[in-house]
Amino acid sequence: MLQKIYDWIDERVDITPLWRDVADHEVPEHVNPAHHFSAFVYCFGGLTFFVTVIQILSGMFLTMYYVPDIENAWRSVYYLQSEVAHGQIVRGMHHWGASVVIVMLFLHTLRVFFQGAYKKPRELNWIVGVLIFFVMLALGLTGYLLPWDNKAYFATVVTLEIVEGIPFIGEMAKTLLNGDPSIVGAQTLARFFAIHVFFLPAALFVLMGAHFIMIRKQGISGPL
Amino acid sequence: MSEKKQQVSRRQFLNYTLTGVGGFMAAGMLAPMVRFAIDPVLQASAIGDMKAVVEVSEITTEPQRFDWTIEQVDAWYTSEVTKSAWVYKDDNDNIVALSPVCKHLGCQVNWAGDDAHPDQFYCPCHDGRYYKDGMNVPDTPPNAGLDIYEHEVRDGTLFLGNAMPREEV
Repeated sequence: MLQKIYDWIDERVDITPLWRDVADHEVPEHVNPAHHFSAFVYCFGGLTFFVTVIQILSGMFLTMYYVPDIENAWRSVYYLQSEVAHGQIVRGMHHWGASVVIVMLFLHTLRVFFQGAYKKPRELNWIVGVLIFFVMLALGLTGYLLPWDNKAYFATVVTLEIVEGIPFIGEMAKTLLNGDPSIVGAQTLARFFAIHVFFLPAALFVLMGAHFIMIRKQGISGPL
Repeated sequence: MSEKKQQVSRRQFLNYTLTGVGGFMAAGMLAPMVRFAIDPVLQASAIGDMKAVVEVSEITTEPQRFDWTIEQVDAWYTSEVTKSAWVYKDDNDNIVALSPVCKHLGCQVNWAGDDAHPDQFYCPCHDGRYYKDGMNVPDTPPNAGLDIYEHEVRDGTLFLGNAMPREEV
């Protein structure tokens, strides 16, 4: 049945080369842990991607209950966590996943660094990778405010103070991020939410796309 | 080892195993999220309390509209919501409390809202009409009678609960 549906579509739009191009390629021996166990270090990039997928999915589901409003944000989080079935698990996945992503990114970066895999012609991919790292940190930072509890609030107050420390444009940058020159409140929460769920993920998708296309173009760096 | 005896090739075996393990992992990941999302569908509907609406002595044989407020708990948001009913005594002196929500598309109906039909409920949206007992007038848009409130009289006061569709009363 499935085969027939696939064949019907394939006959009309020829999708086989499309997925072949993405999925069907050989893993070099030096990257395969079945040949050399130490090759497990090559898994960290994929694990980062895997955890990112979990973050995107759990985040999508969380927005079904969460409201980015100072009156209701905390209450909606409390409700989804204590009243909704599996709310604690879904929020837990997003909460812990946020830290795991950073850890995996860091391990992936260490591997690339110590193997010298960033060298020509892969410098551009290193740069894109560093940008992904910054986007991930920004996602963690903006997401931290969203539960709107005391920890979230005062951590964001500190963040905004740091932003204000930028020479010359500090005050403007702070207001831009905060939504108000002095009050950390309604506008801040709405802004951080928008940045967290629309702007940063959009940037992340573009960067990840570039990262993966470059890997396929340049191939994995050779054995040490 | 002859090729013929191998009913499952090495490639097939690996394919099945990987698909199985991958599917199991994906399911383990998605199951809590899906259950989380469909939670409102599986929630048991809350049974509303009976609320005091009006003194029975004020109820006449002519339908009158009475309003009362309930405390509505909407997940993390609690608010006061006004509800209304058309209440009258029928020929047998029984109290009838009808929901004002039109069964066509949910507008509010009024008693004698149409000058041409002073003894019927009338919905202004699409000219839906109901007889005094709440049954829909044939050949007008509604296809069912007005919902009926659960009611109770305690110490001369009328208490109303939830409005129920006719087939469930």
